[in-house]
Amino acid sequence: MRPRWRAHPVLCLRAERVSAMETGFVEIRNLHKHFGEVRAVDGVDLSIKEGELLVLLGPSGCGKTTLMRMIAGLEVPTAGQILIGGEEVDEDVPPRARGVAMVFQSYALYPHKTAYDNIAFPLQAAGMAPAAIRGRVQGAAKRFSIGHLLGRRPRQLSGGERQRVALSRAVVRDPKVFLFDEPLSNLDAQLRAIARYELKELQRELGTTTVYVTHDQVEAMGLGDRIAVMNQGKVRQVGTPQHVYDHPADTFVATFLGSPPMNLLEQDAHTILGFRPESFVPRQDIPAGTDAAVFQFKVRQVEYLGADRLIYGAVDTPHRAGQTVIADLPVTITTPVAEGRAYEFAVPRRALRHFDAATGLARDRGAA
Amino acid sequence: MALPREARRPFSTSVAPLRRRTLADREDWLGRLMLAPALVYVVALVGVPFALALALAFSSARSGSLEFSWVGLRNFWTILPDPQFHRALWNTLRFTLVSQALVIVLAVTAAHVLSAAFVGRRLVRFLLLLPWAAPVALAAIGWTWIFDSTFSVINWTMLWLGLTKRWLYWFGEPQLATAAIIIVHVWRMFPFATVITLAGMSAIPQEISEAAVIDGAGFWRRFFQVNLPLLLPIITVAVLFGVVFTSTDLSVVYLLTRGGPYNSTHVLSSLAFQRGIFGGDLGQGAAVALFLLPVLVVVAILMLRTARRAEVGA
Amino acid sequence: MRPRRLVRYAKRVVLYLVALAFTAFAVFPFYWMLLTAFKANRDLYVGGTVLTHVPWIFNAPPTLEHIELLFRQTLYLTWVRNTIWIGLVVVAITLVLAVPAGYALARLTGRWGERLGIGVFLTYLVPPTLLFLPFSRMIAWLGLQNSQWALVLVYPTFTVPFCTWLMMGFFRSIPRDIEEQAMIDGYSRFTVIRKVVLPLGISGVLTATIFAFTLVLQDFVYALTFISAVPRMTVSLGVPVALVRGDVFYWGSLMAACLITSIPIAVVYNLFIDRFIQGLTAGAVKG
Repeated sequence: MRPRWRAHPVLCLRAERVSAMETGFVEIRNLHKHFGEVRAVDGVDLSIKEGELLVLLGPSGCGKTTLMRMIAGLEVPTAGQILIGGEEVDEDVPPRARGVAMVFQSYALYPHKTAYDNIAFPLQAAGMAPAAIRGRVQGAAKRFSIGHLLGRRPRQLSGGERQRVALSRAVVRDPKVFLFDEPLSNLDAQLRAIARYELKELQRELGTTTVYVTHDQVEAMGLGDRIAVMNQGKVRQVGTPQHVYDHPADTFVATFLGSPPMNLLEQDAHTILGFRPESFVPRQDIPAGTDAAVFQFKVRQVEYLGADRLIYGAVDTPHRAGQTVIADLPVTITTPVAEGRAYEFAVPRRALRHFDAATGLARDRGAA
Repeated sequence: MALPREARRPFSTSVAPLRRRTLADREDWLGRLMLAPALVYVVALVGVPFALALALAFSSARSGSLEFSWVGLRNFWTILPDPQFHRALWNTLRFTLVSQALVIVLAVTAAHVLSAAFVGRRLVRFLLLLPWAAPVALAAIGWTWIFDSTFSVINWTMLWLGLTKRWLYWFGEPQLATAAIIIVHVWRMFPFATVITLAGMSAIPQEISEAAVIDGAGFWRRFFQVNLPLLLPIITVAVLFGVVFTSTDLSVVYLLTRGGPYNSTHVLSSLAFQRGIFGGDLGQGAAVALFLLPVLVVVAILMLRTARRAEVGA
Repeated sequence: MRPRRLVRYAKRVVLYLVALAFTAFAVFPFYWMLLTAFKANRDLYVGGTVLTHVPWIFNAPPTLEHIELLFRQTLYLTWVRNTIWIGLVVVAITLVLAVPAGYALARLTGRWGERLGIGVFLTYLVPPTLLFLPFSRMIAWLGLQNSQWALVLVYPTFTVPFCTWLMMGFFRSIPRDIEEQAMIDGYSRFTVIRKVVLPLGISGVLTATIFAFTLVLQDFVYALTFISAVPRMTVSLGVPVALVRGDVFYWGSLMAACLITSIPIAVVYNLFIDRFIQGLTAGAVKG
């Protein structure tokens, strides 16, 4: 864990106490949020370590945004507890008193205020002296190189500039926790990659505990120190991007992460076999002596994508014939593959995952 | 990049925000507090008079004094056999239905014509809104001058065009007076309905109309099977408003004909005014006005159903 | 190719003619008011049976005498003054009541607020016709007969429901994110309303002001019921019922008054009509 640069005596003490107790900076215990019959968040336990960037990843409607809004204090939980810095924040602690900063997907800039006033707004709320406000706003603006835009109103700014104003506003008040709700999804693809890099760098530099909500797995893999994959109001798996990718806890995580998703084969009545498309290669391209499972792969279609080839086809198992499988071959594998023909493809055994057919849960969990 | 020193210093604030929730954070109480004054006003000055309107209809209250005594159904026994009341009830229905039927046809046609892009559309829209925006009473007095018994410009034009041979005394003959009243109602309501319909038409996605064209639907089929059903909710709203404004309107009848000739054009509202204010018999006036209530209840129910259906459909 | 083009032109012409007819129907009374207001009496009062005298145009030079009469020798300006001060007080009451209520219904009261909002809107549909008799009794109780304060008290019964509904729609159109952002930024809900919502809703407040004022201007029934003293009348009442001397109508001055009063309202109305329609049809277009 990175040390926090913040020289706040109370917080440091509390941080020590908290880490001594081996709990997270943001602690979520058996959290529920029900909207009538709908269980948006259905019993979530999550421990976010101090200074880490945790990504909440999941399809839309999985409850990730609701979870974040409860941390912010914008929604009142139906049941459960949230602790920030070791202190319980319940209904009686309004959003303004939680010391969190949030960046919304829409950036939520105040349209009637200039960029300067937008950034200064949280400092004014804290009753800071105007001179001090000026210094901090300019410092933050410099950090995001928007110093020359401070006099403009949001509608005079481009998407990327708006995002920077929103980030400045979040950073300027030095919050305990950052909450990001898909802050990059309104940027175009090129800008998004740069913004992702910058965001990660910013978070590392400030060392502020961060919760980041997204439905984009590339963003999640690239940004997160850890990823919490959510579905139907529950956290399915928490772990480092690599671990979640390599050892998905269940078939949902297996197919949600990765593009194309993990191949799932019904091996027999009890077991589903999983392997990543990039592990599925022509038999001769597997180093000799590797323990591998071999399949007859009937190729239906080949897509050339430049850096790799996507090969769509079918594989039979004794249990069921004609199951769709995708192989993702990098350019380094030059073995010719033609549509309409069958080849011997193989998966190294260490890349094979086994799931229970009834529950979808991984059998070889925690093999890392 | 590093934050400048100034920005890095953790902030110590003079006025730290309150840690605990106060009334200013509590949405439920704040909501009630902000709603209460308006609600009290509306209950006191719409709810109470509404109840009083019901009570008056069963009383012998007169406008000169403040005494109040129950007479049960006597007011209703007085007005129910009264031919003038029958006439007013029938007129209210007739004026409302005829004028609103005309309004629908005119408004839908006008909206279609106007939606075809052409020059001066904004000006046309402005001009169309004049009748609706002008105070009713002033517009009505304008029309009395137009229908004047000696100087009517309509008569002059009709004579000049040869559409009529005799001089028309608009407010002197029951049929003509009826026609005049309906014309004024239509004139007042149709532009408003047109503008609403236009708003509804611009809300229909262009693709739907284009898809219908590609599907080979002709103008009439497109109009009746695609546009009209899509416009129905918004036209319903316009018409319901029209019904409320027309059926309860007092100023047009009052200023054009005062219920004449021979009390032939009284509507419920003007009769209620005549009996209740001029005649001083508040009880009887209230009983007459009460017959508007069913219309309003029906309108309210239809309004809610339209709103709900649109909600479900959305 | 040729005939098809011709058909298209013909269609265009028909379209314009129909549009013209509709517009003419809507506008012609105002044109007639305009003519009347400026016509000399000898041009104005020519019997309609004289077919050689075309009433649609000025046959004699236009005159300002009717306008002069209206402003110099009638109570028109008094009525305008009355209307303005009554209107301003009513607008103030309306805003004080309707703006907070509109926000509460839009944001703070959840599901029952939605129902209550529809209820408020329905009260706007309760017409003066149903209420003027009980009001006359209530006004008598309060001793406000023939007082303009009676109107000040009664007019909010239609301006408040209407403007509450209007403001509710307006506040709903402000993105929730922005308010939530401000709450996270360190403000209480109440401060958020003051510092963020109201500045953003200022055009809504302006719209509500305009409509409250025009609704006051358009009332005839309540003024007719409560006010009998001519110098205390509003424009909408005074012009049609009191702008006569003896039995003689001064049509020129009357029409001038109608026109002068109507046109500014119509212009303002036109500027805000889109908001108005949005408010009215909010139920039909979207819940």
